[in-house]
Amino acid sequence: MHSINLAAEKLNPLVPQTAELIVGVIAFTLLFLVMRSKVVPMFEKAFAARTTAIQGGIEKAEKAQVEAERALRQYTEQLSKARDEAQSLREDARAQGVAIIEELRTKAQEEAARITASAHASIEAERQQAITSLRHEVGALAVELASKIVGESLDDQARASRVVDRFLDDLETSNNPTTSNSN
Amino acid sequence: MRTLHLLSTEGGGFVPPSTKDFNYPPIFGNSAYATKPIFLVILSIILISIFFIMASRKAAVVPSRLQFAGESIYAFIRNDVARENIGHEFMRFVPYLFTLFSFVLANNIFGIVPLLQFPAMSRVSFPYVLALFTFIVFHSVGIRKQGIRKYLKDIMFMPGVPKAAYILLTPLELATFFIVRPLTLSLRLFANMFAGHLLLLVFILGGDHLLKGVIGLKLISPFAFAFGIGLTFFEFLVQVLQAYIFTLLTALYIAGALADEH
Repeated sequence: MHSINLAAEKLNPLVPQTAELIVGVIAFTLLFLVMRSKVVPMFEKAFAARTTAIQGGIEKAEKAQVEAERALRQYTEQLSKARDEAQSLREDARAQGVAIIEELRTKAQEEAARITASAHASIEAERQQAITSLRHEVGALAVELASKIVGESLDDQARASRVVDRFLDDLETSNNPTTSNSN
Repeated sequence: MRTLHLLSTEGGGFVPPSTKDFNYPPIFGNSAYATKPIFLVILSIILISIFFIMASRKAAVVPSRLQFAGESIYAFIRNDVARENIGHEFMRFVPYLFTLFSFVLANNIFGIVPLLQFPAMSRVSFPYVLALFTFIVFHSVGIRKQGIRKYLKDIMFMPGVPKAAYILLTPLELATFFIVRPLTLSLRLFANMFAGHLLLLVFILGGDHLLKGVIGLKLISPFAFAFGIGLTFFEFLVQVLQAYIFTLLTALYIAGALADEH
């Protein structure tokens, strides 16, 4: 091959050497071909994939944000609607409560009136009954007393007073209607 | 300097590093293709290919550590260099710019990688090749975009300049586009790597040589090594920066050729 025999070429560092020029051209060209066919496309692929991934991520995040905002709006709307509804329900309930109380009060008053009336009626009936039975008993007692007085002959003062006392005792014991009834 | 030289004579004269240190004899045989710089360049394209193919193989949305590392470099060239400077047509040039950056970067960094320790870009042939590629790319882009007549006319007769100024401007512009740009592009890279390597050689070979001297010189030796190590970090910065500058300028030239007016 090319042997190095030129002294000038050896010593002057600015003079190129043929072998090195050739090797330089070939080596650089080979490296260029490797880089262009193998390395650069792969790095570009990685960059493109990364860009897509990042863009996809951003889009996804944006979509999620829009979705979240929509949901928030919806929830707020629902919440205010629910609040309104609760308010109206509360008012209804209050009104209904008032109505119910009013109704109950009326009913209670009616009931009280009814009870009072029936009590009055029953008292009246009992009084009537008592009057009737009293009238009846007073008559009978008077008759009994009279017959007793008459039967015992009224000349004996002591006996007469005894009769009266006994009658009165009888009357006292027969104060109870049951005892009176049993007599 | 003279005393230092005198003191160290007992350890044999110090041969300062020179351009000779950049000429490697063939590792085997007598072939000019079997030299260290050439092996380094071949190694670089193998390592770069393996690294980026492994990093980009999965093209995952959530990157692994390796993919993230590869992607960061790629994204830097794609977005900060290509898109930022070229504009909407940038994607066409990303493979070229990316190859350029990784190739220059790897071969520069070889300068401080233990065992390899030689920046292939300090052999001027490789920067020449890269500058030639860039030269072809940006001129062909301009010609294809605007047609050869308009492209050359725009270079030679800058619009919006008084006619008399063309006497000065036309040769300057022609020289800029066809000579200065490729030459500065390659020489900047070459010279930075060359000087950086030379600097490291001076401190590290010098430190080594001082160790062979008398006791006083032995004590100085660690400082030379420490400086060499410090410079290694500095060199790393320069190596990355030069790879970036080469790629950035290429992108700017392409952008200039694509623009309607220069």
